[in-house]
Amino acid sequence: MSYEIKTPELGTVGLLRWLWRQLTSMRTALILLLLLGVASIPGSIIPQRNQDPTRVQQYFVNNPTLAKVFDKFSLFNLYSSTWFSAIYLLLFISLIGCVLPRTWEHFKNIRALPPQTPKNLIRLEEFRTFESRKSAAEILVIARAHFGKRRYRIRDCDASVAVEKGFIRESGNLLFHLSLIGILIGVSTGSLGGMRGSAIVNEGESFTNVATSYDSLSAGRFFKLSDFPPITLKVIKFTATYDLLTNAPLDYSLILDVTESGKSNSRRVEVKVNKPITFGSTRIYLQANGFSPKVTVRDNTGKIVLSGAIPFLPQDGNLTSIGAIKVPDLTPTQLGIVGSFLPTAERDKIRGGFSSYPEALNPRLLMAAWLGDLGLDSGVPQSVYRINTKKMDRVGLQSLAPGEVWEIPGNSNNSNNVGSITFDGVTQWVNLQIVRDPGKPFSLLGAVFALLGLLISLFARRRRIWIRTVVGENTSNSRVIVEIAGLSRSPGLAQEIDALVNVLKEKWGDDE
Amino acid sequence: MMSKADWATLSNNFVYSSMGIIFIAFISFAFQTAWSFRVVPQDLDTPNPKSVKYTKAGRIGIALTILGFIFLLSGVIARGVSAGRVPWGNMYEFSITGALAFLFAYLVTLRKYNVQWLGLVVTLAVLLTLGTAVTLLYVPTAPLVPALKSTWLVIHVCAAIISGGVFLLANCVAAAYLIMDRYQDEDGNEHRPNWAKQLPTLAELDQLSYRLVALVFPLWTFSVIAGAIWAEAAWGRYWGWDPKETWAFITWVAYAAYLHARVTAGWKGKRAAWLCLFAGSTFLFNYVYVNIWGAGRHTYSGL
Repeated sequence: MSYEIKTPELGTVGLLRWLWRQLTSMRTALILLLLLGVASIPGSIIPQRNQDPTRVQQYFVNNPTLAKVFDKFSLFNLYSSTWFSAIYLLLFISLIGCVLPRTWEHFKNIRALPPQTPKNLIRLEEFRTFESRKSAAEILVIARAHFGKRRYRIRDCDASVAVEKGFIRESGNLLFHLSLIGILIGVSTGSLGGMRGSAIVNEGESFTNVATSYDSLSAGRFFKLSDFPPITLKVIKFTATYDLLTNAPLDYSLILDVTESGKSNSRRVEVKVNKPITFGSTRIYLQANGFSPKVTVRDNTGKIVLSGAIPFLPQDGNLTSIGAIKVPDLTPTQLGIVGSFLPTAERDKIRGGFSSYPEALNPRLLMAAWLGDLGLDSGVPQSVYRINTKKMDRVGLQSLAPGEVWEIPGNSNNSNNVGSITFDGVTQWVNLQIVRDPGKPFSLLGAVFALLGLLISLFARRRRIWIRTVVGENTSNSRVIVEIAGLSRSPGLAQEIDALVNVLKEKWGDDE
Repeated sequence: MMSKADWATLSNNFVYSSMGIIFIAFISFAFQTAWSFRVVPQDLDTPNPKSVKYTKAGRIGIALTILGFIFLLSGVIARGVSAGRVPWGNMYEFSITGALAFLFAYLVTLRKYNVQWLGLVVTLAVLLTLGTAVTLLYVPTAPLVPALKSTWLVIHVCAAIISGGVFLLANCVAAAYLIMDRYQDEDGNEHRPNWAKQLPTLAELDQLSYRLVALVFPLWTFSVIAGAIWAEAAWGRYWGWDPKETWAFITWVAYAAYLHARVTAGWKGKRAAWLCLFAGSTFLFNYVYVNIWGAGRHTYSGL
């Protein structure tokens, strides 16, 4: 004989309903909320690819095993990872599942009257009772008028009045939670339809807003190339001002000439660190700056093989900068120059050459020349600021002031000079960041309404008050006994009831 | 006419004097606490030599705290005059203004609630903050770097500092709740030792920490939103999960959880108090760790 173990039949629908109820419960929402907080911690400690890709690369070099494990769990792109998204999407589903029914309920109750006066007022909060010479009807009229002025909802009951206030508290609460959904919509619209790119432009050079002009560019799935505003920017002048005592920057100012396509004349604008310029939902920011030494490289016949301003990357507050001058077109071997640029060069025994001020007061270009294969055809992307010298030989070191020329010696195979480099002078570069974010207005609106809802839901006071009149049996001259009590979760109920008692006792000088 | 350096020196003198005054206030509160072991609440109703000393020590402590607050306020203002801008441009200035906000929150709360018993903890915390500020964090006044030159600095940082002051006060109350909770038995009866009898009931402590958080949570929300608007203008994105932003978010989430926990069965009381403490620690962590050791764009400690 076999026993069947009876389990309550749940069924698929039942199970789904149970899951939904679990997900939309406050407890689950609370746990998801905390989980979201805890889950975002690693991203503040482990470097993130979208913020600092070089530090991520460095991490892979320093801790290769750990880095691989981290990478497996998307810890270097935590905030766009599947598991992080899963947490906040679940949280938002839970929130929607909780808030929408409540909104509907709230909407239905929009005209609801306060509940009937309970039998035992004495059990409620702030119970008061006194005898009055006024008639019962008179008292109720006064109470009704009193609360009407204070925008209470009023319900007439049998020999009593019930009043209620603070419906808006729940409205605020719902507004807050619904606005959070608005922010989510704003964020996703921005990341799907937006783009972000940056380009380094030297003073005097122009930037045309097409995809190929960017040094780095990332765009959302729904971003179309036609979304680039058709503009050309010419960098007219960049000015950095520094504090003479601390060398700290005081001000950066960038003057641009903007030409919109289809228009012949350009317009002059100034961009500052906290003041970007705007074209529709695209904005252009001044993000970084540095020096570009101007050089001319000639081969041993005197023919110019390279000429221009080469952006160098600042390494410290005094703009000691490093960079690379790559000359692939030199024969018979390619030339690479690993350089550092010192805007205000000084020298001491410990540090060697260094820069003592961030302006170009005494510029020097320090160079190491390398001959061999630059490795540009290997297909591996290279940094423009560095040279892979694995397949190269160093042939000399030199320091140049503006206007000076260095004859670059040959290597062991060929002792003749391979050519020369002239340090023509120095100019500045700026890094323009160009961002399109169509979701911004939604997020801002969401944030403003969330704040408004929050304020209402935390500070609006919800309370109910009941006033009952009883014609006493043992009161000789037909005095009326007034009973008042209330219910409230927020402070101030006592004062509210006292105010009513005072109004009711006025004129006649009733006693307790 | 006073020079910038004169104002800076004046500011330092004010800050040092306020530390001296608050130290004496701390000593008075310490005496009060010591006497509280031998004073029972009934003594306060019918004064006797012991309880008179106890009450007096508390009053002196409060009076000195107010005086210290005025000195610190003068110090912060002088610092602002010396720098020619709002006095929150580096870690030293965040600390002295933060200590001022914390003291202010305490004194305002004191007007409405009986929180005199918190005096010992508050003065100690202020002394530690100011002590760290003048020894480890001090930097001479300097103008702002271009990234900080914005009206949002005034709004965003000011809101954050005030929120921080009130959050930390709520933290002290929540900690008191957890300590007092240990004197409550399973039936809800409290068996407190003498010194703890002066403190409010558990329900009152819970209510007080809730009110403080509820009061300032919208301000914190506003501070985060203002920061986002500023970040959009300065860096081209309103939210980028920079370490400071991440921790501000964690603090926000933790306090949001605390506010929800207080109305959720099974999370009321003790668990809510722990959440409050956790949320406050995330704020402190953000302030100390991210400013000094953290990477990211909010590296304005000036160190």
